[in-house]
Amino acid sequence: MTIWQIILLASIAVLAIKLLGYLVPPRALEAPRAARTAELTTVALLSALIVVQTLGAGQALSLDARLPAVIVAAVLFAVKVPFIVVIIAAAVVAAVLRMSGWA
Amino acid sequence: MSSATPVEPDDRAARRAAWRASLAVGLAVSAYGVSFGALAVASGLDVWQACVLSLVMFSGGSQFALIGVLASGGVAAGPAAIAGATLLGLRNGLYAIRVSPIVGPGWAKRLLAGHLTIDESTAVATAQPTLVGQKIGFWATGAIIYVGWNLTTLLGALVGNLIGDVSSWGLDAAAAAAFLGLVWPRLRALQPVVVAIAAAIVCAVLIPVLPPGLPVLAAALVALVVGLPDLFARRSHALSSPRPDAAGGDA
Repeated sequence: MTIWQIILLASIAVLAIKLLGYLVPPRALEAPRAARTAELTTVALLSALIVVQTLGAGQALSLDARLPAVIVAAVLFAVKVPFIVVIIAAAVVAAVLRMSGWA
Repeated sequence: MSSATPVEPDDRAARRAAWRASLAVGLAVSAYGVSFGALAVASGLDVWQACVLSLVMFSGGSQFALIGVLASGGVAAGPAAIAGATLLGLRNGLYAIRVSPIVGPGWAKRLLAGHLTIDESTAVATAQPTLVGQKIGFWATGAIIYVGWNLTTLLGALVGNLIGDVSSWGLDAAAAAAFLGLVWPRLRALQPVVVAIAAAIVCAVLIPVLPPGLPVLAAALVALVVGLPDLFARRSHALSSPRPDAAGGDA
């Protein structure tokens, strides 16, 4: 597979799901099991992606500057700091820790 | 569903409120496209590939998931990257069902609306009390983010090419924080919190065992295990649409 094939296949799949939703009658949402499981799938995937992005180093786990940065981000989200500010703060924490040689 | 009110004196107020919400959410989310563009080129994509993702896929969570898996596993992790992005895009299908009555009939209009159906356009639309406000909320938020997100993706990709090593700038930590920001507003009940913790543990345990990308997919199974029998549900809740304050997360 080339990167272009991966990008186009994934993009078409994501777009197709959006369009397919418009073909489904709104009554379908009254089936709570599907809606609930889909929402939980989103939560599970995002949570797993946090772990990969924070601790993953290829096929190994690594504790480095990313973990303190994510903890700072969690605290800021908890006190309702705007999204973009939290993202920047996380980057700054990791960058400063690396620059100063702590992590 | 949509509470249609005829044109009345508070119609103007409703329109103005919808426009205000659309602008606030739209501009905040657009700004965050810079980090997507920069991270995309850091993951091995070129500027065009980053831009095509934002133009065609246009769903922040899926886009970050795709480049995250590609960054850890390269092209060999392509199938897992596609699967992860697609699974994360499933919720857009639910949003489409929900906003479909707001968009109304006409296949061309619905095709365009489909492309703009994301967390924020759905959140702003469904938060408006009147049908006219819902329509404005959906289209204005979707259009502002589409234009803004694509421009900032291009900007971020160009900047990312210039700065080179993203880890020294903390951009890898920024991506983790971005995922955290996307999941945060969804953790308002016991059930999603249990799923989030269990999925994180499953993923961490599997990272050294499975090829890159697969631990994320395996963690998604936690959602099925908990969601199908409805474990840890303190109260029954139908589909919760993303709340307006959840917006600012995903595009």
